Amino acid sequence: MKVLLTGNEAIARGAYEAGVGVAAGYPGTPSTEILESIVQYPRIYSQWSPNEKVAFEVGVGASIAGSRTLVTMKHVGVNVAADPLLTFSYTGVNGGFVLVSADDPGMHSSQNEQDNRRYGRLAKIPVLEPADSREAKEFAAKAFEISEAFDTPVMLRITTRIAHSQGMVELAEPVPVVKKEYIKNAQKYVMIPAYGRIRHTVVEERTEKLVQYAGETELNVTKIKDRKFGIITSGICYQYVKEAFPQASILKLGMTYPLSQKLVKDFASQVDRVFVVEELEPFLEETVVTMGLKVDGKRLFPLIGELSAKMVREKINREMGLASSPDEEKTREGLPSIPARPPVLCPGCPHRAVFYVLKKLKMVVTGDIGCYTLGALPPLEAMDTTICMGASIGTALGMEKSNPELAKRIVAVIGDSTFFHSGITGLVDMLYNKGKGTVLILDNSTTAMTGHQQHPATGKTLKNEPTEAVNIAGLVRGLGVKRVVEVDPFELARLEALIKEETAAEEVSVIIAKRPCALLEKAASGYMVIDESKCINCKQCMALGCPAIALRDGRVTINPEICNGCNLCTQVCKVGAIRKAGEDVE
Amino acid sequence: MLNKINLLLVGVGGQGTILASKILAEVALLSGLDVKMSEIHGMAQRGGSVVTHVKMGDEIYSPLVEKGEADIILSFEQLEALRWLSFLKPDGEIITGTQVIEPVPVIMGKAVYPSGIVKTIQGRVQKLISLDALAFATECGNAKASNVVLMGVLARRLGFAKEIWLKALDNKVPAKFLDINKKAFTQGYELV
Repeated sequence: MKVLLTGNEAIARGAYEAGVGVAAGYPGTPSTEILESIVQYPRIYSQWSPNEKVAFEVGVGASIAGSRTLVTMKHVGVNVAADPLLTFSYTGVNGGFVLVSADDPGMHSSQNEQDNRRYGRLAKIPVLEPADSREAKEFAAKAFEISEAFDTPVMLRITTRIAHSQGMVELAEPVPVVKKEYIKNAQKYVMIPAYGRIRHTVVEERTEKLVQYAGETELNVTKIKDRKFGIITSGICYQYVKEAFPQASILKLGMTYPLSQKLVKDFASQVDRVFVVEELEPFLEETVVTMGLKVDGKRLFPLIGELSAKMVREKINREMGLASSPDEEKTREGLPSIPARPPVLCPGCPHRAVFYVLKKLKMVVTGDIGCYTLGALPPLEAMDTTICMGASIGTALGMEKSNPELAKRIVAVIGDSTFFHSGITGLVDMLYNKGKGTVLILDNSTTAMTGHQQHPATGKTLKNEPTEAVNIAGLVRGLGVKRVVEVDPFELARLEALIKEETAAEEVSVIIAKRPCALLEKAASGYMVIDESKCINCKQCMALGCPAIALRDGRVTINPEICNGCNLCTQVCKVGAIRKAGEDVE
Repeated sequence: MLNKINLLLVGVGGQGTILASKILAEVALLSGLDVKMSEIHGMAQRGGSVVTHVKMGDEIYSPLVEKGEADIILSFEQLEALRWLSFLKPDGEIITGTQVIEPVPVIMGKAVYPSGIVKTIQGRVQKLISLDALAFATECGNAKASNVVLMGVLARRLGFAKEIWLKALDNKVPAKFLDINKKAFTQGYELV
């Protein structure tokens, strides 16, 4: 049966058909839907972990115990999981182990655009790159075979355009769940130096075998057509190349690490000139150049952002002295300027209250990763740093130690899911090293940015089964933080008083701003209206940056269709001009 | 019918752009065509500009419609139709709802929502259909079905059998909204 699947859904399907028994991950765009999709196969045990390192380690255990195992994360998640990854390469697997790394060229929803194929080389594990949903399913299944045949974890590397594009996929019958026997083998799985040295030798021998395999596998396809030039490419770039040059000779690499020198040289010898087309790093190009071949890659194509069929066509045509396509930009000439439509905090978002107060108090705010990073944008603009998951707390401590004058003004802001991901160790550091910082945990009862996934404090698992909900306040107190207070961020005056009080304190404080995401639970019913007789048009309410409050013909208005009725603007208004629709005027 | 059709569906987060694209891709699948549909989610969902690419034909490679390549742009909001205009083929067609959703810079008074957008577009493209889909959808009982009214208009232009569209709605729309959506679709389908 043929169905339409996204790359992410296809990977889940491929894992299911290949007899996967265990799947784990942490949500992160563009990888999230793989595990959300795997839930539909009840025979697979699947879970969200608090972070990618733990997810990877759960996967390590599952593999060693005998199951075929899938672990999923976004590209920066692999940084978090890099520690177990690099040593699991040494031990190798029992049940097949596949790590999905979902990279984000163009940074549609990420803080950087690192190219994780480099992790494949660093960890010395094979890297597979599917070019569409059909291959995403096939390669996922193939990756488990390779993993077991070569005793290695395998990276299945996708990019946003593969993850989030739908294509036709032919479904197959699943094999039974693969369950290998567990046999204790300390020399293989206990990586003390003496055993590690033995395993390193095994890894290097394995790479030689994989190079051999790279020259034979059907994952890599050579198609010789027009011999004037040939293109070496992989992943989504293959589609751009086919779109731009249907008649070109192509070496399509389904396995991009390691490469077979014989395969590449055979291809190059059949064409007059070779181009390498790849997004981000010159990963293939560097290896091909070390084979002694002369190719053009990053001389023509950018290191930054995504490629496109049009770009491939234009760059190679120009290089080959061929005619370029006509300019289509004319339709845009003389158009009125088009206002941007940036993402914003939703009406009724509890984060808005927090950033409004932080801006008002002129705090130095170390931020973190989540919806609340939007607090950095106008008009709130209440964020000084955002680096990676969990960084807010360590960064706050470092700022305080480096610049004591800032100490009383620094607030670390971190979401609930992010706190579990990697904020706890930062808080321990703050306590241990006598910090005096204030940590604001924005507890909206979900992992909002990636589409509302469960986490350790929601009381539900990935499969929506009830479970123990970790108590954030109890956890923080248990670490030894004495000043712990919970507040509803919509109680604006109390929130402000608390932030003033806690930043002034001479010890670590944790404020838990607790209110569910506005998309999960509507804060209140109804909508707000402005009493025109009282409004002095001071625009103080507009400082909230709420999309429901708009300037129309110079006057402030509230759009009842999107107003959430959260009551925040009423508290900000100095003249009492805003009230809930239908409520009596005082 | 062309042997390859490139469509761009554009709107604002929350308007149902992605669901509309899924229905469209389903129609291609049911018709035995190769089809690819590409979307971006993540930050864009938070009230941002949303675009999905749908390509159908004998064999589709790149999932993306690039500048100057769209046969049809289906827009659920005026400003978005203007924003993506340069993606239209010189002889391409625009179908747009006349709904206005102001972006935050406009709300904040930092930018101006251009006036006379439909007229501006009319002067630059050969084929344009604009309609108040929101009003039609409200008439059918749910303003949120305005995306499906516009799908109905598009359906007439694309030429697949109406039964295939209704089957795609069956497959993709949640059961409790199905009746309203079929009504809204038929409204659009009978319109032009």
